[in-house]
Amino acid sequence: MKKIAFGFYATLTIALLLWGFYQAIYVAPDEATMHEVQRIFYYHVPSAISAFLFFAISLVGSIGYLTYRRSQPDRAQAADAWALAGAEVGVVFCTVVLITGPLWARRAWGIWWTWDARLTTTLLLWLIYMSYLLLRRFAAGPQVRTLAAVLGIFGALDVPIVYMSNRWWRTQHPAPVFGGGEDSGIKDPAMLHAFNWNLLAWIAWGLLILALRYRVERRQQKIDEQRQQKALEA
Amino acid sequence: MTRALWTHLAKELRIEWRSLDAFVSMLFFSLLVVVLFSIAFDPSGEFSRQIAGAVLSVATLFASVSALNQSWAREIRHEVLDAQRMAPSAGADLFLAKVIANFLFVTIVQLILAPVFLVFYNLHILGEGWLLALVLPLGTWALVLLGTFFAALSIRSRNRELLLSLILFPIFIPALLAMVRASTFILTGESDPMLWIKLLVGYDIIYTTVSLLLFDVVFQAE
Repeated sequence: MKKIAFGFYATLTIALLLWGFYQAIYVAPDEATMHEVQRIFYYHVPSAISAFLFFAISLVGSIGYLTYRRSQPDRAQAADAWALAGAEVGVVFCTVVLITGPLWARRAWGIWWTWDARLTTTLLLWLIYMSYLLLRRFAAGPQVRTLAAVLGIFGALDVPIVYMSNRWWRTQHPAPVFGGGEDSGIKDPAMLHAFNWNLLAWIAWGLLILALRYRVERRQQKIDEQRQQKALEA
Repeated sequence: MTRALWTHLAKELRIEWRSLDAFVSMLFFSLLVVVLFSIAFDPSGEFSRQIAGAVLSVATLFASVSALNQSWAREIRHEVLDAQRMAPSAGADLFLAKVIANFLFVTIVQLILAPVFLVFYNLHILGEGWLLALVLPLGTWALVLLGTFFAALSIRSRNRELLLSLILFPIFIPALLAMVRASTFILTGESDPMLWIKLLVGYDIIYTTVSLLLFDVVFQAE
């Protein structure tokens, strides 16, 4: 039953991605000033939103691990698997944002990169979670989960500070498209339509990968446990 | 201020006083960085004021990373670290003592380095120079606090020397930015550095609190 549900969800996600692609490339109208380049927006912004979502999942997993690590070891291990999976998927989305951004900026601003508030924050977020993944790779033994959870919390605390400090520094990124004031928001309903479909599709895709990664990590934990048990019995 | 904290602090200072290992290596290393930068950039006049704050901050950053690793690495010999873990006093006392000791060492290095800086970069401070006495300690505190915390975090991993830089640098970036901006504004007198000093104060308060709260978790991790 679980397998059928999973297969159904995977098929639905791929269909959504195809539909989103069709909407973004063929249906959405041409933008008045930026023309075709603007279509990268349908991938750039959903990826950015997804990256933040998955980093948030990672943070919740880290806090969950520290909370339950003594009282409920199994629940703590599950939380740790969520933290790891969230960080990995988040880094992938963050990478997509960092690649699509400069591609658009080269056409729209004439430069690849600028040290603006949102660009720097995203780059730093990427660096912090890469260091999180590196720590998980280098530190050996069971304590790595605790150490990684602490680093995850430290890293998440840094994000608002970086954002504020860079806003005082300089800002060139376009004002927020949503909730940015009087003139913000997508005016053309067809554009909004394409954007929403892509947002839905990419979050669904991210959740699919997250679930797969979580299952793999849980199995790895079970294998490690059995190995330890065997070593103790031998 | 508990007695355990004083005991730890006295121990840290005594160990360093007897060998001066960390202090001498930090001093010489940061001096090297300053010389390297001044050869690479050939600074003079307005330009030297623009980069001096950044060079001093980065020199301190690089120099302290090597010393911070040492401060925990010497506890590994003779299983001292495990003994500390079993001791009834709170781990936060040990941590805070190490932070204060390292803070003193780095500050002394900066004080010695400051005149060298003025000479090598032909500096003539245009803003309010006394504010530097606020900016540098605040930035150094952020650096030493996070560095000592992450050194303890990475002490039991493979290639710990490298790992400390890898996890410290990204998280330290906002404090570095604030430190560099504030000291550059003070040197050039272009605009008011207060905003950046406030950011440094906020950063220090947030991370001091979190480090003290989470240190026992890292210290007792098994």
